[in-house]
Amino acid sequence: MKRSRLLTRLWEFQNKYGYIPDVAISEIAQKLRVSKIEIEGVVSFYHFFHRQPTGKYIIYLSSSIISEFKGLNEIKTAFEKETGCTFGVYNQHPLFSLFETSCIGLSDQEPAALINFYPFTNLTPKKVASIIQDLKNGIQVDSIANKPASKIQFIPSEEKTVFFRDYHLGNSLENLKYLDANEVLDIISDAELTGRGGAFFPTAQKWMYGKNATSELKYIICNADEGEPGTFKDKALIQNLPGLIIEGMIISAYISGAQKGFIYLRAEYSYLLAKLKATLVKFQKHNLLGKNILKIPNFNFDIEIQLGAGAYVCGAETALIESLEGKRGEPRIRNSFPTERGFNNHATIVNNVETFAMAARIIELGSEYISKIGTKNSKGTKLLSVAGDIAKPGIYEIEWGTTVEELLNRCEANAPYFVQISGPSGECINATEFNRKFCQEDLACGGSVMIFNRSRSILQILENFIQFFKNESCGNCTPCRAGNQILFEKIQKIKRGICTTDDLKDVQKWAQIMKLTSRCGLGQFSGKTFSMAIDKFDDYFNLKVTTCSDNCNVEFDIEQAISDYEQVVKNTQL
Amino acid sequence: METITFKIDGRNCTAEKGQNLIEAAKQNGIFIPTLCHFKHLNPLGSCRVCTVKNNGHTIAGCIVKVAEGMNIEVNTPELLDARKAILEMMFVEGNHFCPSCEKSGDCDMQNLAYETGIRYTRFPHLFVDRIVDAHPKRIAVNQNRCIKCQRCIEEVNTNDGYKVFQLTEKGNKTQVSIDYEQEAKLSAAEAEHAMHICPTGSILVKGKTFSKPFGDRAFDYKLGRKDISLNDIKKHTTTKGSKKRIATTSLAGCFGCHMSLLDIDLGLLDVIELVDIHKSPLTDIKKFTERCDIGLIEGGCCNTDNVEVLREFRKNCDILISVGECAIWGGLPAMRNTVPLEACLSEAYLNSMTSEEGETIIPNHEDIPKILNNVYANHDVVKIDYHIPGCPPNANHIWNVVKHILFEEEYTIAYSEFKYD
Repeated sequence: MKRSRLLTRLWEFQNKYGYIPDVAISEIAQKLRVSKIEIEGVVSFYHFFHRQPTGKYIIYLSSSIISEFKGLNEIKTAFEKETGCTFGVYNQHPLFSLFETSCIGLSDQEPAALINFYPFTNLTPKKVASIIQDLKNGIQVDSIANKPASKIQFIPSEEKTVFFRDYHLGNSLENLKYLDANEVLDIISDAELTGRGGAFFPTAQKWMYGKNATSELKYIICNADEGEPGTFKDKALIQNLPGLIIEGMIISAYISGAQKGFIYLRAEYSYLLAKLKATLVKFQKHNLLGKNILKIPNFNFDIEIQLGAGAYVCGAETALIESLEGKRGEPRIRNSFPTERGFNNHATIVNNVETFAMAARIIELGSEYISKIGTKNSKGTKLLSVAGDIAKPGIYEIEWGTTVEELLNRCEANAPYFVQISGPSGECINATEFNRKFCQEDLACGGSVMIFNRSRSILQILENFIQFFKNESCGNCTPCRAGNQILFEKIQKIKRGICTTDDLKDVQKWAQIMKLTSRCGLGQFSGKTFSMAIDKFDDYFNLKVTTCSDNCNVEFDIEQAISDYEQVVKNTQL
Repeated sequence: METITFKIDGRNCTAEKGQNLIEAAKQNGIFIPTLCHFKHLNPLGSCRVCTVKNNGHTIAGCIVKVAEGMNIEVNTPELLDARKAILEMMFVEGNHFCPSCEKSGDCDMQNLAYETGIRYTRFPHLFVDRIVDAHPKRIAVNQNRCIKCQRCIEEVNTNDGYKVFQLTEKGNKTQVSIDYEQEAKLSAAEAEHAMHICPTGSILVKGKTFSKPFGDRAFDYKLGRKDISLNDIKKHTTTKGSKKRIATTSLAGCFGCHMSLLDIDLGLLDVIELVDIHKSPLTDIKKFTERCDIGLIEGGCCNTDNVEVLREFRKNCDILISVGECAIWGGLPAMRNTVPLEACLSEAYLNSMTSEEGETIIPNHEDIPKILNNVYANHDVVKIDYHIPGCPPNANHIWNVVKHILFEEEYTIAYSEFKYD
């Protein structure tokens, strides 16, 4: 058994037994000739792997901030009431196990849950009751699951639409027959495509590194581990245009000479697996995957799908590679690009789903078509996942350069107050900034836009975000692992009403330290929104904290500090 | 080997091309603190204590290979503070009780904290309940002290090449776990090696550790150390020109800091010349009748009385000083902070060896102070102007600080007088 098969093997055990039994750990450790603790380390890193038996139905309820605002607590109570189980506790019911999980990519249909990885959306307590009843009656879970296609709410006029236009299998690939690798790369370069995962790295440059790498084996990886809370645009692409993504990967392989590709799909999107697999088969049938693709001699490329297992940090490219190698998904220390040493130390190109789809459209439509759309630095269109306090949540294909205001009007936002761009690790903006533009020069958005109105508690938003980072940090470096716990404590302090402006200054200083010293983007940006919000929503924070001068007293909540004691005394006097 | 030149803090340095920055800096006489970086191991870049800037970008120094023309920054105020902050994070994340730790005096982390002059942590202590795993055959792992540097994971293997340690879980639950089966294969010498490469007191060899409880204290009396300077003390105003007044108290402490104060010995005669000791257990004066220049506080706050006394001190003193570990962050009494209050009180009053069968009442009366849910650091309750670490602090340290404040002089603390235990 190869180490890179580890996650797949663990999934087999998880699916068969509902958990990973000790014998499985021993067996795998023996086969891989490693110590058992090494396998335990991998298993415990991914939260969809369990070490204790679970019920027949594992229910993962999304705990994203959108879900919180749309009634998460009610739904939680309903699940607990109907099943008689408690969230996060094992062995309570032969049929059910309940867990909370980070955003599952259904922000436009929250509250949502996955039951045995089938989606259930727009939950209400009533709906929960009927689902649980059905399952108790032995009805198949897939027959009652929702089909959660995200609504494409907006596409630009026809001559400006890039993604959501007619698609014909293999259209972009036809061009490869007449162009050599350099010419194809030039087209990508002319269209100035940059990475759509949020880092905006020039794609042509990355692919050129891949092309020039001397590595014997080369790999293409499509990053479909869309974990940034609030984002679901990659899911929409996989649902609507899976072929376009695969074509992008094939183009990338044509340029770089890679013969093997992986699609790393987050487990939360398991229900898209069938469609994705069927599309791959279609490509193979049309000789667009496999040997001598398009009858071009020696153009061999095939794609395999790897399912993730629940770890946000695996969306970072080097963590994803580690995970693919069957290890804990910890980001690597940056000594070299993956295009030099990636998967199993071979040259590897990792790109986001949207980047590959865009690349295919560029080759299909030509770089001139793309260059006419967008701004100076951002060409073409961008897919946004828009959710929150709006009438029309869903997918928006916008031209780069669109203002926040325009988007807010289109999605019919109701009294927008706090807009979170690019998810929790992105940035927040207030009402004075709604004239800002989505583009690399201004709001470099990775794809998530969450809109909150005036009635929402900013502290609750921030608490949800920091809680998310606290759980999802890979745990490797100190500032991220400890820093997020420390920021979380500060939020608790503000919530207790004993903060001063000094505490807010602390938050900003500490977020800066985390930014300076963390090993990867997760820790570098996890305090960013908190720190920004303090400046941008001072009207809100002024109500929460006391102003502090030089000789200001420290606030201490003695009532809270003695509450435990009073409770204990009360309980023991009976 | 090719020799290259590069810059550290503007100074020209030379090294072999591709050499590890930490080593290259050392050869050029510049110290970059490290914890996870260890001799021959692959650079891990996990602890981040060696954070430097390379051409303006922050990076873990241990993963940098020097190249021609590199411009490295090490000792800028921003970086000094960031590295100090990382160490402080380690202190608050674990439960590091130096006075009760077998490794104290031989602990790399403690040593770096002295080096960076940490007197208290800017961050709140997290007090997470962590286990001491004594299952393994030869060693015990104390998770309270583990900083997840991963030295042991990289370094400790069995003869047939199996890992003994490995990170498990993720996020705030991440910990270094041990493979019992593999650990049992280690020889006594290998187990001892594991203990020695651990930069803190997390890995201990069973039965071995206590034979020489305090190690070699290798870091205490190293020569050539710069003293730790004190220059951030607020000026006092109350008794300018006349005889100074000092008040002292012991809150949730053991009076050990007061005992240490008395260790000034003959210096006490000078003290009496210079200052009046006002409200204090030493004078048995119970109430403030005059404003004081300095209040020395021993012990943290574990009950409502402590809070009240502390607030009174703040009201009546120009400068408040937390003396000792308990005052600074809770210290040994704060060991209970990882356990719910109810469990503590039940253990003490209901389930103890001496409590009556079927006892249900936890002593309480309106005249008895109420116990707080946690033991709090004094700076959680009132503003504290200065912290004197130690358990107890060295007498000279206390006296030097007090003298410095009274005479408004710059002063430094000798290395051997700056301790957490």
